[in-house]
Amino acid sequence: MKDLLQPILNGILLGGLYAIIAIGLSTIMGIVKVMNFAHGDLMILSSYFCLVFVSWLGLSPFWSFFVIVPLAYFIGYFYQRRLINRVLGKEMDPPLIVAFGVGIILQNLLLLIFTPDARSVMIGIGLKTIALTPSLKVPVNYLLDFSIGLGVIFCLYIFFQKTYLGRAIRAASDDEIAARLMGVNTRTVYAHAMGISNMTAAVAGILVGMTFTFYPHTGSEYLFIAFGVAIIAGLGSMKGTFVAGIILAVAQLLGGHFLGPGYQMVSGHIILLIVLLVKPKGIFGTV
Amino acid sequence: MSKGLALRVTGIDVFYKDFHALWNVSLETKEGAITSVIGANGSGKSTLLSTVSGILAPSAGTIEFFGERIDGLPPHETVARGLSMVPEGRRIFPRLTVYENLVMGSYSPRSRTLRSRALDKILELFPVLKTRSNQMGNTLSGGEQQMLAIGRALMSDPKLVLCDEISLGLAPVIIKGIYKELKRINELGITIILVEQDITRSLKAAGYAYILLQGKVVLEGTPSSLNEEAVKKAYFGV
Repeated sequence: MKDLLQPILNGILLGGLYAIIAIGLSTIMGIVKVMNFAHGDLMILSSYFCLVFVSWLGLSPFWSFFVIVPLAYFIGYFYQRRLINRVLGKEMDPPLIVAFGVGIILQNLLLLIFTPDARSVMIGIGLKTIALTPSLKVPVNYLLDFSIGLGVIFCLYIFFQKTYLGRAIRAASDDEIAARLMGVNTRTVYAHAMGISNMTAAVAGILVGMTFTFYPHTGSEYLFIAFGVAIIAGLGSMKGTFVAGIILAVAQLLGGHFLGPGYQMVSGHIILLIVLLVKPKGIFGTV
Repeated sequence: MSKGLALRVTGIDVFYKDFHALWNVSLETKEGAITSVIGANGSGKSTLLSTVSGILAPSAGTIEFFGERIDGLPPHETVARGLSMVPEGRRIFPRLTVYENLVMGSYSPRSRTLRSRALDKILELFPVLKTRSNQMGNTLSGGEQQMLAIGRALMSDPKLVLCDEISLGLAPVIIKGIYKELKRINELGITIILVEQDITRSLKAAGYAYILLQGKVVLEGTPSSLNEEAVKKAYFGV
C-alpha cells in the first residue's frame, strides 16, 4: 500500500498538467462546436517556441511565458478567423478536415525545421524533488505544472464569469442566434475564444516542454490525452476538467505501476471507456 | 424626407434557403407608435423580423431605420443603431443567470455605459426579476422568461423593439400583464412592432396593423378602419 502513494501523488500532480492540456480543446468543443484536431500540434508548436527562446536564445523560462502566450493568442485568433470561420456552417466535417490539415502541416513544418530528434527544455529545477517522507518525494517540476495549471484554469474561470467577452462566449455557446440578436458578433467572439484556447495550449506546451521530451509528432499523443480528459469531464465544466485530468493521470500511473510502463496509456483509456459506458455525458457534463 | 419614421421597409423580397418567404413587402412605423403585424403560422412574420434585425438579408428592397439604410447589415450593427428584438420562443440563455442574461442585453458598446441605469429601470418594471437575479435562466417560469426576454431587449436602450410572438404559450392573465408593461414601455418613447397570431389582442394594442398572408401584405390600416370580416378573410386567405 505504501508504495502506491508515490504514483498516486505523481498522478494528482500530473493531472493538473493534463487539465490544462485539455481545457482549450474542451472550451472550443463547447463554444464553437468544433473538435479542434490541431490542438495538440498547436500545443507542441509552443514547446518548440520554448526550445528556441529558452534553450537557444537564453531567455529565462519565466519570461518565455510572456512572449509565447501572447503570440499563441494571435496564432489562435487568426487560425479561427482565417480558416475555421470560413468553413463553419451547416455541416460538421469541413472544420474538422481543416483543423486536421493544419495539424499535419504543423507537424511537417516542425519536422522540417527541427528534425525528428527528441528535444527537451532543460530548466534548473528539472530533477529536483522535495522529500515529504523518506519514501515519498514530490517532483518539483510536476508541482510547478500542477500549480500553474490550477492557476490558469482559475483565471479562465474568472474571465468567463466576470467579463463582457467571457459572458458573450458563454452566451454564444448557449444560443448563437440569441447572442447575435444581443449584438454579439459571434464570428469575432469565436476567434477570441480560439485565441484564448490557444493561450492555454501554449502554457501547456511550455510546461510539457520543460517536463518531458517532445518530437514533432508528439502533438497527437497529447490530443488523445486532451480528448480523454474532455470526455471524462463532460463539456462545459472547468472544475470537471481539472478533476478529470487527475482521474486520467492517476489511472495511467497506477496502471503503469501495476502492469509496467507499457500499459500506462491503456489503463488510461480503460478508465475512459468505463466513463463512456456508465456516464456518456461525462462525470460533470451539462451538455 | 422620412422624418418621423422609425422604420420603413420598402418592397423587400426574402428567401429562406430556396423558399421565397417574403414577396415585395412594404411596411412603415412612425416613431413612438405600436405597430402590429398579424398573420397565421408560416405567413412570414418571423422572417420579416429576422430580416429587419439582420439575421437574414433581403435579396431586393430596402430597410431604413430612422432614415438610415440598414438592409444587409449584421445584427451587431443594427443593435448598435438602437434596434432590439424579443425573439420568438424567448431564447433565454439557459446557463447564464438572470442577471447575466440582462447584462448580455447591454453588450453593444453604445449601451454599456448606460448599463446600471438600464438595469434599475428594468428591475423596476419587472420586480420579479430582481428576486430571481442569481438563478439560471432555464429555471424561470414561462411568464418570467418572457419578462426577462423583454427586459434583456430593453437593456440596450433601444429606439425600436421588435416583439416576436410574446404571448405564445403563456396563460391569458400573464399575457395581459405583459401587454400592460408593453404599453408602459411604449409610453417611455420606445417604438414597438408586435408580431402576433392573436388578432384581437394585437389589434387592441396597436395604432396601425399589417396582415401578412403567404409572405405578402394583404391588408393594412388602423385597427378601427379594419372590419372584422376583412381581417379574418385576409388572415385565413379564404
